[in-house]
Amino acid sequence: MSQKMATREGYGAALAEFGADSRIVVLDADLSKSTKTEVFKKKYPERFINMGIAEGNMMTVAAGLASCGKIVFASSFAMFAAGRAFEQVRNSICYPALNVKIGASHAGITVGEDGASHQTVEDIAIMRALPNMVVISPADSVETKFAVKAAIEYDGPVYLRLGRASVPVIFDENSYQFEIGKGTVLKEGNDLTIIATGIMVEKALEARELLQKEGVQARVINIHTIKPIDSELIVKAAMETGAVVTAEEHSIIGGLGSAVAEVLADKYPVPIKRVGIEDRFGKSGKPNELLEKYGLTAKNIVEKAKESMNMKKK
Amino acid sequence: MKKQEILELRKWAAKIRKHIITEVLHAASGHPGGSLSCTDILTVLYFHEMKVDPKNPRWEDRDRFVLSKGHCSPALYGALAEKGFFPVEDLKSFRHIDSYLEGHPSMKSVPGVDMSTGSLGQGISAAVGMALAGKLDKKDYRVYSILGDGELQEGQVWEAFMAAAHYKLDNLVAFLDYNGLQIDGKITEVLSPEPIEDKLKAFGWKVIRINGHDFVQIIEALNEAGKSKGKPVVIMAETVKGKGVSFMENQAGWHGTAPSQEQAEQAFAEIDAYMSKLEVE
Ligand SMILES: Cc1ncc(C[n+]2csc(CCOP(=O)(O)OP(=O)(O)O)c2C)c(N)n1
Ligand SMILES: [Mg+2]
Repeated sequence: MSQKMATREGYGAALAEFGADSRIVVLDADLSKSTKTEVFKKKYPERFINMGIAEGNMMTVAAGLASCGKIVFASSFAMFAAGRAFEQVRNSICYPALNVKIGASHAGITVGEDGASHQTVEDIAIMRALPNMVVISPADSVETKFAVKAAIEYDGPVYLRLGRASVPVIFDENSYQFEIGKGTVLKEGNDLTIIATGIMVEKALEARELLQKEGVQARVINIHTIKPIDSELIVKAAMETGAVVTAEEHSIIGGLGSAVAEVLADKYPVPIKRVGIEDRFGKSGKPNELLEKYGLTAKNIVEKAKESMNMKKK
Repeated sequence: MKKQEILELRKWAAKIRKHIITEVLHAASGHPGGSLSCTDILTVLYFHEMKVDPKNPRWEDRDRFVLSKGHCSPALYGALAEKGFFPVEDLKSFRHIDSYLEGHPSMKSVPGVDMSTGSLGQGISAAVGMALAGKLDKKDYRVYSILGDGELQEGQVWEAFMAAAHYKLDNLVAFLDYNGLQIDGKITEVLSPEPIEDKLKAFGWKVIRINGHDFVQIIEALNEAGKSKGKPVVIMAETVKGKGVSFMENQAGWHGTAPSQEQAEQAFAEIDAYMSKLEVE
């Protein structure tokens, strides 16, 4: 587990690895070095198209290409892919359910030094509100690779949420299995459930160890697909453990925490505490300093876990 | 070009104009003004220019059409129905709850619609994507689009123009429905996109200027566009918003207003009178 790699690195590598299919076309908006689509570009230059700094146009061009049978990956920073081009994604990609995959890198606060203008902490909320959209938030570069493969095989719009910072590789490439819409139990436990996505999965595992030292057995669930969400697995965990804490590198408004709360409010209400960014903008700093400052830590998950357990009906 | 063919095209256009009135009348909503201004262009596209197959709307090698000014769906649906993509009778269900004829073009529900549009500024980008796909696949299908002149105020249009010129998309032809009006009035008074021709040229497009109600000019412009090498072509078609219905002509107020039964009857009578004149020509 000592190896570290950014999910965007996994994205670029996967595009190159699975890119042989001539239907695959990769678009970028002058950020191919950052989003790592340049790895694909080097291998398949004839199927890489730079659309310049014009994200709205890029998304609709992607739709046009997809309408002619292409599997299109359109990449930019999450801020511009989900934010600037929201309406193009909605009207030109999701409404007609076209086969476009949005590779949105630099999501979350771990963008770091670039600061709030680039730290997208609202993208899950707005992307999952779109009908026909699949939203995937991988935890490490291995999961990213399998997510890219699944996105190629799936016919329809997909939003892939990727990070800039190097993060620990937690999955084993040789045994890892990925299915869109299926969460996985990473650790068993019956006292409460920690449901995490993206880079917070690793923090959730760390929190579990801390809790174990205090005699608490936490179940840890990885939700890589935020939409469609694995309600069955979440409801089962709520029934068996009676308390939930969610963890995500995203606003507590509209993200994984909200999605889990929606499922449980509908089907099996239990106490839920959410770890995420508390309705405020980010700032410049090093990724780890920012995670600390904004409470995206194992320690905070532990605290929220205890609060959630204390709320269980005695 | 035979005189007979031009006469036939005029007749198709008149029928489509009647369909437009029928659609907005039965929907009690919709956009007659801009639909009537682009009817002649659509008629030439569907009844002279484009390779399409109503029996196989998704035919891979077909020419593509994107109505970037998607609010003019009544004209597009009228043309598609006349072409045989779906029954003319269905036009009366336009915008109804149980109909597939959505208010703005929907590629998922309406046979023959190649791209869902309605949000101005996006259609032309989709057309650029289709033209790029054609180049990638070395196919010889062509891509056509119609833009509004008010639509030029959207920045995305210029992003698309830049991309089309950069990638030398000579398989792409955009018509500008240059009727001079948008919702709030004259385009030059709301927020002038002029000088349009200079801007289009500066963006690397070949520009052809015509009268957008003259069938011979529309056909000749398309022939010339077909010869372009390495440059996308825009046909600036001077048109009259509301063309063919006297009280709607050049009236911004008829942009998005449905006629009353009486007004519709007057419109039908005018178009019928025009059609009988064509019969004796
Ligand atoms: C992005 C967007 N903004 C606003 C509208 C509302 N709208 C519909 S038609 C129209 C005016 C269009 O004028 P023009 O492009 O000149 O079309 P035409 O005159 O040919 O009808 C507007 C503002 C829209 N459909 N899309
Ligand atoms: Mg106009």
